[in-house]
Amino acid sequence: MNALVRNLTALRDWVDERFPLIQWWDDHLGKYYAPKNFNIWYYFGVLSIVVFAIQIVTGIWLVMNYKPDATMAFASVEYIMRDVDWGWLIRYLHSSGASAFFIVIYLHMFRALLYGSYKKPRELLWILGMLLYLSLMAEAFMGYLLPWGQMSFWGAQVIISLFGAIPVIGDGLSTLIRGDYVVSDITLNRFFSLHVIALPLALVGLVFLHIIALHEVGSNNPDGVEIKKHKDANGKPLDGIPFHPYYTVKDSAGIVVFLMLFSVVVFFAPEMGGYFLEANNFIPADSMKTPEHIAPVWYFTPFYSILRANTVNFLWLDAKVWGVTFMGLGVMVLFLLPWLDRSPVKSIRYRGWLYKIALMIFVISFVILGILGVLPVNDARTAVAQVCTVLYFLFFLLMPIYTKLDKTRPVPDRVTM
Amino acid sequence: MTDQPVDAQRRRFLTGTATVLGGIGAGFTAVPFVASFQPSARAKAIGAPVDVDIGKLEPGQRLIQKWRGKPVWIVRRTPEMLENLKKFEAGVLRDPESDKSIQPGYAKNVWRSEKPEYLVLVGVCTHLGCSPNFVPEPGAPGMGGVWNGGFFCPCHGSKFDLAGRVYMGVPAPMNLEVPPYQFVSDTKLIIGADKEHAA
Repeated sequence: MNALVRNLTALRDWVDERFPLIQWWDDHLGKYYAPKNFNIWYYFGVLSIVVFAIQIVTGIWLVMNYKPDATMAFASVEYIMRDVDWGWLIRYLHSSGASAFFIVIYLHMFRALLYGSYKKPRELLWILGMLLYLSLMAEAFMGYLLPWGQMSFWGAQVIISLFGAIPVIGDGLSTLIRGDYVVSDITLNRFFSLHVIALPLALVGLVFLHIIALHEVGSNNPDGVEIKKHKDANGKPLDGIPFHPYYTVKDSAGIVVFLMLFSVVVFFAPEMGGYFLEANNFIPADSMKTPEHIAPVWYFTPFYSILRANTVNFLWLDAKVWGVTFMGLGVMVLFLLPWLDRSPVKSIRYRGWLYKIALMIFVISFVILGILGVLPVNDARTAVAQVCTVLYFLFFLLMPIYTKLDKTRPVPDRVTM
Repeated sequence: MTDQPVDAQRRRFLTGTATVLGGIGAGFTAVPFVASFQPSARAKAIGAPVDVDIGKLEPGQRLIQKWRGKPVWIVRRTPEMLENLKKFEAGVLRDPESDKSIQPGYAKNVWRSEKPEYLVLVGVCTHLGCSPNFVPEPGAPGMGGVWNGGFFCPCHGSKFDLAGRVYMGVPAPMNLEVPPYQFVSDTKLIIGADKEHAA
């Protein structure tokens, strides 16, 4: 045993003389000090890395049997499900993983809203996170075309047509994206390439930058106080604890709980009643017939509702252009959050009732928009969606005003536990 | 190494010109990569006109024909359906005269067709490209106030009458497109070519 440890230590030292191994370990794990007061909301960052890893591994295995060809794609997915040993499990892990990814990302982003994690000095961290969110949306959208079912086809048809609404260049742009005048084999093939190579590379790069930026400024915490302000004689934050072993162990527990819940979905409800895998997607793509009711997968529905809520022509542009514009703005406005929020405090714990009410209205509107997005349209639902769309945007537009007016409470000097 | 002092101005000039020239080179290199996203020669070639036999189409029925990868509908309208097309009050339809919509000259009329009886439309919603459903019954449930029969897009709720004209207050901006077509006989139709548009 001693000989083994000695040899491993020697190996480590050999590597460390040639590579900044121990320095990296210390910078990002062993001596990275994170606030000691993390609560349950601080699990979702690490969980998104876990889901990302699941997607990469299952994705590599799926590509071994999948055929990106319009005549074979649908059948190859069914082949994976029926004939490949354990293929069903790998496919369900990947399809459930997509939804799990968005669940943890939305909770991760909500955490930032709760505790002001996007505020100075973490603006760039937030922007990198938003770029990750955008890339993830593109990754999910392109991946959804690959099974080549009815929802794959018509979902892609609708989303690509969104670009067609842009004045002047729109038509050319949507043709450029499809590589054809309709969604076709050419579109499928290029989406496959982007889904398995380009976007995963972008995501890996952005995750790296996101973590580097986080470790540069340090983690926020539920009190929204900067732990770097109070350091001991050795320059270590008094309210910080080393990420390893404290948070690696704590996160492991969170990962186990997550994997338990995830397994329940994968094994007992992989279609999740049509929300994770839609029923119409078990019908091969048919360019002649749109399904009776089409809806995007749940994670896009809030923005889809905003799109549908625009039914009025105004100024010199028609409703179609406004729908697309507001849908785009609905995502993009999040980038501005660090500059819209004028509150002197970060955490909701020390904010006044104005922000609390605004955040509550925002979350309710977002959820209602999400629910409406999976339902067929009628006049009453359109009206509700219009109200929620207005509330969604007011949260951002009025933010500079209400965060300034808000009566905040004094923030403690040190974290509270 | 030389002992001469660094000529900062010269260095800036060289850095600047190298950056600009390198940028131009990178721009030109990007051209083939972007251009390869365009429809290929093969994709462009698949656009030939198609023949449709409409001899078996009964009044009130719809036939779907694939043309350039898109659904084209041929609807044989009954006299009542044609009568209903004239019943719209002002303000119900967004573009009743088809001024802002796409159709060949011979289809720019209240029927939006060459022969009133036969309606030929590209079955792709002008909003975001779904294919609307055929709901020919006037006053069909769930279609709201005025409904004289037509097409309903399940994706975003756009409504069109039985001439493909879009209703007000729905997301679609234009009437459904009428493709170029011509009758070669009473029961045979060519889609994609006519006297105005050579194949």
